[in-house]
Amino acid sequence: MGAIGKPVARVDGPAKVTGTATYAAEFHPENMAYAALVHGTIPRGWIKSIATDAAESVPGVIAVVTHLNAPRLPWKPVDAAPVDPGEGEQLRPLHSDEILFAGQPIALVIAESQETARAAAALVSFTCVPSDGAGLVFDRARARPPSDGTRESYPAEWERGDAEGAFASAPRRIEGSYLQPRLFHNAMEPHATIAAWDDEGKLTLWDKSQWVDNVRDQITRNFGLAEDEVRVISPFVGGAFGSALRCWPHVTMAAMAARIARRPVRLELTRRELYTAVGYRPYTLQDVKLAADEDGRLRSVIQTAYGLTSAYEDYGEEVLDPVGMLYDTMSARTVYRLVELDTNTPTPMRGPGAVTGVFALEMAIDEMADAMDMDPLEFRLKNYAERDLKKDLPFSSKALRSCYETAALRFGWEKRDPRRRAMHDGNMLVGYGMATAVWPAMQAPASVRIRLFANGTAVVRTAASDMGPGTYTSMTQVAADRLDLPVERVTFELGDSSLPMAPVHGGSMTMASVGNAVAAGCKKLRDDIARLDGAEDGEHPVETLMRLRRDSFEVDGAAEPGAEAGTHSSYAFGAVFAEVRVDPDFGTVRVPRLVGAYDGGVIVNPRTARSQAIGGMVQGIGMALMEAGEWDDRLGRVMNANLAEYLVPVHADVEELEAVFVESEDRIFNPLGVKGIAEIALCGVAPAIANAVWHATGLRIRELPLTPDRLLMAEQAARTS
Amino acid sequence: MENASTGAEGGAVQARSTMRVTLEVNGREHALDVQARTTLLDALRDRLHLNGTKKGCALGQCGACTVLMDGERVNACLVLAVMAQGRHITTIEGLRGGDGLLHPLQRAFLDHDGFQCGYCTPGQIMSGVGCIEEGHAGSRAEIRQYMSGNICRCGAYVNIVEAIFETAVGTRP
Ligand code: FES
Ligand code: FES
Repeated sequence: MGAIGKPVARVDGPAKVTGTATYAAEFHPENMAYAALVHGTIPRGWIKSIATDAAESVPGVIAVVTHLNAPRLPWKPVDAAPVDPGEGEQLRPLHSDEILFAGQPIALVIAESQETARAAAALVSFTCVPSDGAGLVFDRARARPPSDGTRESYPAEWERGDAEGAFASAPRRIEGSYLQPRLFHNAMEPHATIAAWDDEGKLTLWDKSQWVDNVRDQITRNFGLAEDEVRVISPFVGGAFGSALRCWPHVTMAAMAARIARRPVRLELTRRELYTAVGYRPYTLQDVKLAADEDGRLRSVIQTAYGLTSAYEDYGEEVLDPVGMLYDTMSARTVYRLVELDTNTPTPMRGPGAVTGVFALEMAIDEMADAMDMDPLEFRLKNYAERDLKKDLPFSSKALRSCYETAALRFGWEKRDPRRRAMHDGNMLVGYGMATAVWPAMQAPASVRIRLFANGTAVVRTAASDMGPGTYTSMTQVAADRLDLPVERVTFELGDSSLPMAPVHGGSMTMASVGNAVAAGCKKLRDDIARLDGAEDGEHPVETLMRLRRDSFEVDGAAEPGAEAGTHSSYAFGAVFAEVRVDPDFGTVRVPRLVGAYDGGVIVNPRTARSQAIGGMVQGIGMALMEAGEWDDRLGRVMNANLAEYLVPVHADVEELEAVFVESEDRIFNPLGVKGIAEIALCGVAPAIANAVWHATGLRIRELPLTPDRLLMAEQAARTS
Repeated sequence: MENASTGAEGGAVQARSTMRVTLEVNGREHALDVQARTTLLDALRDRLHLNGTKKGCALGQCGACTVLMDGERVNACLVLAVMAQGRHITTIEGLRGGDGLLHPLQRAFLDHDGFQCGYCTPGQIMSGVGCIEEGHAGSRAEIRQYMSGNICRCGAYVNIVEAIFETAVGTRP
């Protein structure tokens, strides 16, 4: 019935507006106890002594667990999941006296109530002995290549052509250094796990997860269990943006606690704990050098990134992936380095890598356009890449040109005065800026189980996840479309590791992966029913079931990436235009308007897709103007680990947002033609705003966020120079 | 050098005896034994299993826990359960009319796709109801100011504002 492409209202909407959608901390298995954590305070060293008697004597405390009495888990080796760093060893909580970062959990209190557990945790006292570690100061002199520097996703070095030579000989050159601070996902739902062991030693985990299968596999190994002995349930995820990709230490601790207490235990992290218990987008310094011909053709792009990682895991990301492919440049070179600190390990956050790399590259491109006296959009079009020069492959689809055109038109780019500091509204300086967004489209194997009933309903199940974009709804649409059923007659179930295997809900690949599995499963279901004895040509499968007096029919379906990976390069693209108003006296920046146009392939649900896109814009406003984890490099702590001091956009920060999806389908990439939109929605927003701030003020501020103090200091520096 | 600490971020309080409170939530009375430090939020979620009221920070910084107390919006994480004795508490579970129909603002959130993950949503809706009642929903700009205590990390703000504005217009006398 053509449900694909329709703005269907969220199928889980009624549950969400009535408060009946159940998130991880909200399952209440009978006789549940509550856990709270105690954290180390030094950044590196070991625990010399730990006293738990005061906590243990609190009425209602069931147990206090430290490295001294914690059960020794088998920690069977596990192949690093794609969400885990390739090198290093994950933190094993309560495993030894070693302290690797400030805020590391060193004890766990289990009690009859959450309040009692927390109060008792405050009574655990300990002494620690500091030792030398990697250090706390981000110093690029200590940078080193990633341990696995040959991996394709973030090579230590990569080059096409002679980039340095071309740079040296080009007539027009710019260079600059760009800083992106440590950023935190800060989803509204804190991470939480409820663990319950049954009499047969099987474990059920209600967990906040973007990948229940991965949590099952990891916990299975940590506890030395068989795959069918662990079940992970996660029907609703209150936002995650990457923070729930990995199986973090608190999940293991919840299971440990439940085993010790011999009853279900909930471990819900506090907001402050989220700054150390799960990862963050790493602080990254970048140097960019661009060179062009007199006529504005890029000759060389050289980008170096220094990313932060922990001392115990090597977290790298694809910061520099766009460098070689985003523009038609004669030569390009990238250098990727890591700087270890005694801190917890970073992790992917929406648009990991690309968001960081594009921020620097797109600001630099803007600076180059300015140096050439060219319109920033015209400069980008002049260097438009018709082919992926990095992989030396054609794109399976690329509608970036139409993104530029559509967004520019909707935005009114032609009204931009090319001169800086030339547009005003009363006392306010007005600026227009733009940037490109890009993200590699990915697909991973996925599987589904579909049951069609003779009453004309269908149920589709898979271990996928929905952290907010609308997996429930869009997959229901794909199934309804392919089964020729009304959307209301299809139910989609996810978030349970006992369901058919699904890949990680991240990297913008759920639609391509799970969506195509749903489509393939529906086709198989129809084919199999059509082959039943007595089936008639051309009838709807429900009619066949009815006529054959079969209550229902079930199939398993699956999809995996095709062979196109070797013959084509697949990316999603976008163009973001920003208007800013800068108060020259106070250095405050407002964003009255953002317009984005996106090439994400086929859009299954324009309504939820729009929400996802404007949500990315909001996070981009945060990244551009206010978000930063403030690192104390003497104590090794993030000082603003709460939502009052780590600022995220609120209602008052957001005015007009417009998102458009340009005509696009990518049937080479996958049969549904989808590419994904989650990451491109954030990518490009911060540089578009920064470029608009430059246009408004003439100030190039290359450090995020663009806070009033930075603007005023830049203004002062500009005046005195 | 040695470093001595306790797990305390602030002062530790020993668990003491509990107190009996009667909480009137959505028109129903619940007798509960709570500790003095038990928040209204924890009492709702962990004791009454009214999960609709969300915990985003437990520090009064995010608004996910917004409920109405005697008709006024409050952060349930900043109200002690013992302070809620004798007050009328309305949570998202109590917002439907007697006819079982969704509150107009709940409807409007559906119509405007005022959420993604849904975690901030009950707080946004309760706060939106309060915002309209207070007469602070006269324009989109006013709504943005008076709703700024409710964070939506998924960034559904423009849709939320539309939902509240439309509902305010629709319910204006
Ligand atoms: S949970 Fe109460 S304001 Fe955040
Ligand atoms: S809908 Fe996810 S935080 Fe608002």
